[in-house]
Amino acid sequence: MFVLEARELTKHFGGLKALEAVSFKVKEGAIHSIIGPNGAGKTTLFNCLTGVTRPTRGSIHFSGQEISRLQPHEVAELGIARTFQNIRLFPEMTVMENVMVAQHTRTKYGLLSAVLRGSSFMSKERAVREKGFEYLELMGLEDHAEALAGNLPYGSQRRLEIARALATEPKIILLDEPTAGMNPMETLEVMDLIRKVKGLGKTVILIEHDMKLVMGISEWILVLDHGVGIAEGSPEEVRNDPLVIEAYLGRETTH
Amino acid sequence: MKGVVQDQARSSRKSIAQRARESAGRSVMLRSFFIAAWAALLFLPFHGIRSALVLFAGIFAGLPVMQSAMRLGGPGEWMQRLPGFRAFTLRSFPFLRTSALPVFLLALFVLPFTLKDYYLDVLVMSGIYMLLALGLNVIVGFTGLLNLGFAAFYAIGAYTYALLNTKFGLGFWPSLPLSAVAATLSGLLLAVPALRLRGDYLAIVTLGFGEILRIVLNNWDSLTNGPNGISGIAPPFLFGISLGSLNFYYYLVLGLVLLSVLIIRRVKSSRVGRAWIAIRENEIAASSVGVNVTRYKLYAFAFGTFWAGIAGALFAAKMRFVSPESFTFMESVFILSMVILGGIGNIYGALAGAFILVLLPEALRDVQMYRMLLLGAGLVLLMIFRPQGILGGRKGVRIRG
Repeated sequence: MFVLEARELTKHFGGLKALEAVSFKVKEGAIHSIIGPNGAGKTTLFNCLTGVTRPTRGSIHFSGQEISRLQPHEVAELGIARTFQNIRLFPEMTVMENVMVAQHTRTKYGLLSAVLRGSSFMSKERAVREKGFEYLELMGLEDHAEALAGNLPYGSQRRLEIARALATEPKIILLDEPTAGMNPMETLEVMDLIRKVKGLGKTVILIEHDMKLVMGISEWILVLDHGVGIAEGSPEEVRNDPLVIEAYLGRETTH
Repeated sequence: MKGVVQDQARSSRKSIAQRARESAGRSVMLRSFFIAAWAALLFLPFHGIRSALVLFAGIFAGLPVMQSAMRLGGPGEWMQRLPGFRAFTLRSFPFLRTSALPVFLLALFVLPFTLKDYYLDVLVMSGIYMLLALGLNVIVGFTGLLNLGFAAFYAIGAYTYALLNTKFGLGFWPSLPLSAVAATLSGLLLAVPALRLRGDYLAIVTLGFGEILRIVLNNWDSLTNGPNGISGIAPPFLFGISLGSLNFYYYLVLGLVLLSVLIIRRVKSSRVGRAWIAIRENEIAASSVGVNVTRYKLYAFAFGTFWAGIAGALFAAKMRFVSPESFTFMESVFILSMVILGGIGNIYGALAGAFILVLLPEALRDVQMYRMLLLGAGLVLLMIFRPQGILGGRKGVRIRG
């Protein structure tokens, strides 16, 4: 079953063709990866999928709904969450508050009940806190719940971003280079975490440069080069694709 | 030439720690120099070159000594060992939550019986400014939207009551919510177009709005009586009894400040407050976790200006007179200074900032001429030594990975 489908997705920044007619389908409950050299358009693709930038042409369908014209918060509410390549936490909020904000769309109450603090408000807030704690536990951050997010070490900040994305209760979670700047040990931990996320029944789309991680964990890979999807398929298929080898290593010259 | 070479050789032999110590020393010297020069410049026009030079020398020599003394014994070290110090540090200001609360409230309630009218009057004014600072703190402190025209909403609250009362004979009690609503609506009216802008641009538009409103009030003679203002505003009545006494205003303002603190605190620790702070911290991340950024910025504007409307109505009722003169750009800056002084984003900081900035000029009445000067000096020193404000900044533990 496909949950997400991009059709002919195109994004031009002036003369720069960041994405050119990229189409793909995302299978529910699987781990997908998007790879490609620097500047291939991977993050632009994520930005289009999450409403941060509006595609020039093409459409995105998410569980039967066209979402390419929606605002980021509407996309989040429908069930697509993401992390950022350059960490974007709420540094002056505590770790717990970071995952509490993320449940914004999943709790509904107005200003008045926040002021009056009736029993329904209190139970909703308690639920938000308990759920937040669960996500922190999942990412191994429960001991730091009351620390300020900005004071966490780098690796934990990345994990908090994943916890925060999970806390929006998405169907699909987009991870933009979750292992950037990590050592091999931490990278292995993140691999485990990604499997855990999948275990929750989430669909994962990953941007990643670490080939070992990509090949080991993905069920399906899309290769972008200069904004064009040059290959897609299982890790095996992609690894042996001549176009992919060319994009990464250059063309073989014949004499 | 030879000297230079020797110099380089000598400096390369210095240990890294030594060099670090030297550069730290240099920055202390540099900082003292600027503070001293700056203070001396301020005093120059009033006391002539000689006392300015003395002041310069005093600060330039005194500051490093003071700093090294602090580093040696440090208030963080020996003062904390003093009995009772912890209870009195500014950090523990939210003592309102502890058992001191009833005592503190009781003290606030009996104050009018012990104070002279003059002091009570100052307290009432500081209470009105507390409401303003609390409101502005929601916009600037929580949501991170710089607003340089906050006095405009104060003015709208004040003029709403003034006009409703003098033109339609409406009393204070029905006018109070109407003033708040008028300020809120004008806040929304400004926010809808202005929130397309960010940062400095938003600040400039709010500043412009404040000026436009003041000029309109100044020139719309048929409605506002122009620069002459509106006089003869009635004080509040209750069962036909005038409540125009200072004691009454004191209790009214006290009640409203306590109420607003309670309400703002509760909103801050709800999904609404969390959304505001998330927007301040990182707008893109906030929208990516589902916060409708535009809508919550509007909420912040509406909620913040609401309190300005309340403060305006109180001001009009207490003064029995309003004129555009009370709502200048300086007034907006004054309110913003309170928020910054107390600590951006901190509710108790806004209270402390309003209290200090209303009391300080009164306390300095004898040195009239230097009031604004000292105020400015105080704010600059604050920015140098405690940029997060008196009570601002959340102190967290650094976690090791």
